[in-house]
Amino acid sequence: MEQKEFHARNGQSWELNQIPILEESSFRQKILEGCHHNLRLVNLYAQQDENRNIKVFAILGNDQEGRLTVFAMQIPHDQALFQSLTSELPQAHMFEREMAEQFAIAPIGHPWLKPVRYHQNYRNVSDLWPEVSSKSIPGVYPFYRVNGEEVHEVAVGPVHAGIIEPGHFRFQCHGEEILNLEIQLGYQHRGIEKVMENVSVERAVLLAESIAGDSVIGHATAYCNIIESLSDCEISPRAEAIRSIALELERLSNHIGDLGALSTDIGFLPPSAYFGRLRGEFLNLLMELSGNRYGRSLCRPGGVLFDLDEGMIKNFRERLLIAQRDLKEISDLFFSKSSVLSRLEGTGIVSKKTAKELGLVGPVARASGLGLDVRSDYAFGMYRFNYIPVSTVHSGDVYARALIRWLESQRSIEFLLDVLNQIPEGDLQTKVSVLKPNHMALSMIEGWRGEIVHVAMTDSNSRVVRYKIKDPSFSNWMGLSMAVRGVQISDFPLCNKSFNLSYAGHDL
Amino acid sequence: MWGVIVNRFKQGFRTLSYPKEIPSFPKRFRGRPIIPTTETQFLIDKEKDPLGAVVLEKKPAIDMGKCLFNEDMKTVCSKGTLIYSQDHRMAVSKREDLIIQDEVRLATALNEKTRRIFGRSLKLREVCAGSCGGCDAEIQAMGNVVFDLSRFGIQFVASPRHADGLMITGPVTKNMELALRKTYEAVPQSKIVIAVGACAISGGPFQGGKEVHNGVEELIPVDLYIPGCPPHPLTILDGLLRLLGRLQNEKRI
Repeated sequence: MEQKEFHARNGQSWELNQIPILEESSFRQKILEGCHHNLRLVNLYAQQDENRNIKVFAILGNDQEGRLTVFAMQIPHDQALFQSLTSELPQAHMFEREMAEQFAIAPIGHPWLKPVRYHQNYRNVSDLWPEVSSKSIPGVYPFYRVNGEEVHEVAVGPVHAGIIEPGHFRFQCHGEEILNLEIQLGYQHRGIEKVMENVSVERAVLLAESIAGDSVIGHATAYCNIIESLSDCEISPRAEAIRSIALELERLSNHIGDLGALSTDIGFLPPSAYFGRLRGEFLNLLMELSGNRYGRSLCRPGGVLFDLDEGMIKNFRERLLIAQRDLKEISDLFFSKSSVLSRLEGTGIVSKKTAKELGLVGPVARASGLGLDVRSDYAFGMYRFNYIPVSTVHSGDVYARALIRWLESQRSIEFLLDVLNQIPEGDLQTKVSVLKPNHMALSMIEGWRGEIVHVAMTDSNSRVVRYKIKDPSFSNWMGLSMAVRGVQISDFPLCNKSFNLSYAGHDL
Repeated sequence: MWGVIVNRFKQGFRTLSYPKEIPSFPKRFRGRPIIPTTETQFLIDKEKDPLGAVVLEKKPAIDMGKCLFNEDMKTVCSKGTLIYSQDHRMAVSKREDLIIQDEVRLATALNEKTRRIFGRSLKLREVCAGSCGGCDAEIQAMGNVVFDLSRFGIQFVASPRHADGLMITGPVTKNMELALRKTYEAVPQSKIVIAVGACAISGGPFQGGKEVHNGVEELIPVDLYIPGCPPHPLTILDGLLRLLGRLQNEKRI
């Protein structure tokens, strides 16, 4: 068997026939060995080829070198099964469940094989869970149960008490202590991946903006990068700079909103009000730039639709300097109170080992001491020229996840002030041509929640036949389950806020 | 303790004087759209309007319920430019009122009897039924010190049984259908339903998808439509105040 290696970088596209197709045993071995030697499973997904057979693609990331290794294996359509990796490699857990649901291929030996989003498979064969698709709701589901005297079960959702998205949480408790939390999502499933394959670029970019409403810039940039890469379109440095400005404003608004939400949850209301107001200042800057508080309509394949003129740059700088001062004052107030620290410290710990095993990403991983950040590991766009230092905290508790947001907010403001000082010249829009046939493209973006990964594949007619989206929430929900083990159930809301994951981004 | 007090003074008073004064929006803000109607020969660029927001009848009109208020729409017409005005007021009481030519019939107040039952307060339960989270974020933002929703007697409550009505976002995914129906049934009579955002009104960018409905109306009747993607907090607030009869046309409270 030929064992050619294929390496790629973030934002590249390549011909499909360059990807080595391995035997199942060597495919498995390559993933297990790689992940044993500091590689990370960036994506694992399936696709049906024109002969109705299934191909499984693995993308392994070497974070130190910014290099991605891509390879595949083939599964015959009439014998749709493969040996599961999960029991040896926990980070494959959700990927395998997703493939099992999307393509009705059974990962043999998967310790936790359950549906992810409750929909029919894409191959039009019988589902692995036929009873699920005949019923109209998720949650018809064998939850993990703990039996014993004084053990009780708490069920929450899908409709929650606050203004948040739907999901079901099932706690197994002994008194106040959480023994296990199982999170079942899927209520938000809108079938985005499938719709993306069947609509025009004009509509697809609108869909990309609606994958997760608080990560509009992150997902829209990822989509635009894919289309640009597939059509060899090089966007101008100015467009890159404006996209990065918007991405950092998005990060700031969300990080600061989260700090406010954490203050609310521990009942310290002054900073909650101030952070809430400050979050709005960043949303308003995005509105000033793009006409929409979340940055919709800014990113389009080929560049951006809005420019920053001299007057706006001056105005942005002034407003950012005020916000920088406000952020420091409010954060000092929040992080210096012993009553705040006593609530945050030691609550909901995710160890570095667990974070690595589960393949957590983004601020959640950095709060557990993993130095992952796409902006520096797989630098894209403006981040190739203006470096953002990676912040890490080591305690892995709610305090660490709060602190990381403050630290990253400071770095983002510094980055913005720096970029606003020297926005490069260039056209806002570059023409996008026809997509290259039989190609695959990959784009990774460090959204405010972490690593957003989009992968697209075209057929011989340049049509997109597979569009794979991974929101950081998909990797991180399991982290929340682990964080609350042994924690008092009354601390669950606090732990949940410290992750603040997207339901829509997970459910797609 | 002193730190808290000093900080409080520095932060000052941040609540908008709305509705006494309407704050100004930035130049690029995309409010209520105005479609060019002077042309007789009217063609639209279907590619730029993949969701079918422009309606061609005798005169061209724009369906605010389908429009995502995206910049691309500006050049949708063969002649003339679609303009997004600075007007944030867009909430209406009937679906057909969202299809506008030159003027818009803004939402009317609830009938006297219902208003008497609600008194001076309105308690709502929010249900996210497949939205991306954008509309929900704006609904949540209404509660911050800038918009300060509770000064109008409007609050979001934790249970449908405590609510006077539902505020719904998202196209209603098949997977949320049952949960939404149950929540609706749990709200005591007389109840109101408010659809917020393009998805809840028409399915938005997901319209026609296999996993979703095309908006709330396919399942339960709607009393107030608030278009936008997502609507600005003041657009939602404007709709709520009109529903309660606290804003009538140009009149302030």
